[in-house]
Amino acid sequence: MAASISPSRSRLVTALLVAPAGLFFFFLLILPLVVVIIYSFGARAEAGGYAPAFTLENYANLPARGRVFFNTLTLAPLGTLLTALIAYPLAYFLAVKANEKLRTLLLVLVIVPFWTSQLLRYYAWIMILGAKGIPNWLSFIGFADVRILNTPTAVLIGAIYGFLPLMILPIYVSLEKLDKRLLEASADLGADARRTFLQVTLPLSLPGVATGSMLVFILLMGEYILPSFLGGGKVFFIGNALVDLFLQSRNWPFGAAVSTAMVAIMFVTIALYMRFVLSRGDVRRAALV
Amino acid sequence: MRVYAACIYVFLYAPIALIVVFSFNAGHYAMDWQGFSVEWYGKAFSNPVLVKALVTSLVVASSTAVIATVVGTLCALGLERMRGWLRQLFDALIYIAIMVPGVVIGIATLIAFVTLFDVVNPALETLGMARLQMGLWTVIAAHVLFNLAVVVLIIRARLAGMDRSLVEASEDLYATPFATFRQVVLPALMPSILAGLLLSFTFSFEDFIITFFVAGPNTTLPIYMYSSIRRGVTPEINAIGTAVLLTSLALLMLAQFLLRTRSKGG
Repeated sequence: MAASISPSRSRLVTALLVAPAGLFFFFLLILPLVVVIIYSFGARAEAGGYAPAFTLENYANLPARGRVFFNTLTLAPLGTLLTALIAYPLAYFLAVKANEKLRTLLLVLVIVPFWTSQLLRYYAWIMILGAKGIPNWLSFIGFADVRILNTPTAVLIGAIYGFLPLMILPIYVSLEKLDKRLLEASADLGADARRTFLQVTLPLSLPGVATGSMLVFILLMGEYILPSFLGGGKVFFIGNALVDLFLQSRNWPFGAAVSTAMVAIMFVTIALYMRFVLSRGDVRRAALV
Repeated sequence: MRVYAACIYVFLYAPIALIVVFSFNAGHYAMDWQGFSVEWYGKAFSNPVLVKALVTSLVVASSTAVIATVVGTLCALGLERMRGWLRQLFDALIYIAIMVPGVVIGIATLIAFVTLFDVVNPALETLGMARLQMGLWTVIAAHVLFNLAVVVLIIRARLAGMDRSLVEASEDLYATPFATFRQVVLPALMPSILAGLLLSFTFSFEDFIITFFVAGPNTTLPIYMYSSIRRGVTPEINAIGTAVLLTSLALLMLAQFLLRTRSKGG
């Protein structure tokens, strides 16, 4: 260490380096989140907004928005599950079967749609699922008056479309890391392809499935544009209720209670998930492979 | 297996292709092909509201990108030098900023600004100064918050993969810490810094939900697009969409390329 400086000066430099970011996090994230929790116990002011009070009324009122909680908490897990089921075979194809030279290109092609505007991608599905899209084609082959847009099905299709790339990647990574000698060993011991898959490949790739599912589930729970575009005025998520409560009906304390409940549900789910899924011995061992 | 893979790729790209194809539609309705025309591009780019929204978005996104990248890079460098609970606190903050849904970030920043206005505005009024209100600066501040966390993660990944012996060699050659930073660390970080810039530009440019909460009377491109899509689908949206799509794809490829040279260099 030729040009060493005093420890106290070094600490000052460190503090100055992280200070701007710390200020952003403190004033725009932590403080407001604490304020949201305080608001959730307050009352609605006459003109909308917040009036100081201490009441549990906002939480007692949550069932008034039970519908959006129900939609979110059924469609988000279901969407996650369907996305995982559809993503797995493709991730398997990319990691195990695909041509080595094409693999990188195919992977990039999976990621690209995820980086394009979410507004536009769901807009495209309004065109596809709307009256002039698939229902129109179906009517040519005799299925008249099929409605897809503004139903839970449309929201699920959008969820799969929107998050497929995010699910494929972690599964691909876990399958790609898989030691191919294990597959040979399994075959040498007389297991057929199906048995090797079920007893070796699938268990070892579960950490990827678990990671992808958690990411997709978290993002789906907070969705706003997806239910707004593909659910029309009918299938609303918690995010839509929050926009309504904060920007239209201006019932901030109730909105604060709804968002506190949403974040609480998210964190509890993540904690349970880590406790029961990610901590399972075989999954954890496989994550180390 | 191959057929399945092909189907998935069609599923992923057909909607995007549809947007592009119908942006060249001569007709007035999005899904009603009337022949090839570029008239919607002309209409879109001579619509003053739209052009203003585009300019607003560009201003917001470039300011956000620069601020988030500078603050995020400094933070990542600082965190490298930190140990103990304070560092863990920052790690937790970064993950919270990334995991908390956009809607909640929007609400939190809205509340932060409104609270600030309540405190500051009466004082400003007695001093005869202009009141604070929602504007581009509130949008930029909120965007910096979530892009900052992304930048920290990118820069930290690069720092972790960096060859420490170069820094040590520089110190052994009597370089001051600042000279070491400028001549060794900064050049090594450059690809990641540029990638951080491009990513935060893209995220900010495409953000709808956070902007929706804190934009006040301002309209950004996603807000304009959101409200016109809610009114109904028209080829004009396809035309803007195609233009945005191609621009962001170009930026992302550039970011990808930079992150890739990083891994080769390391």
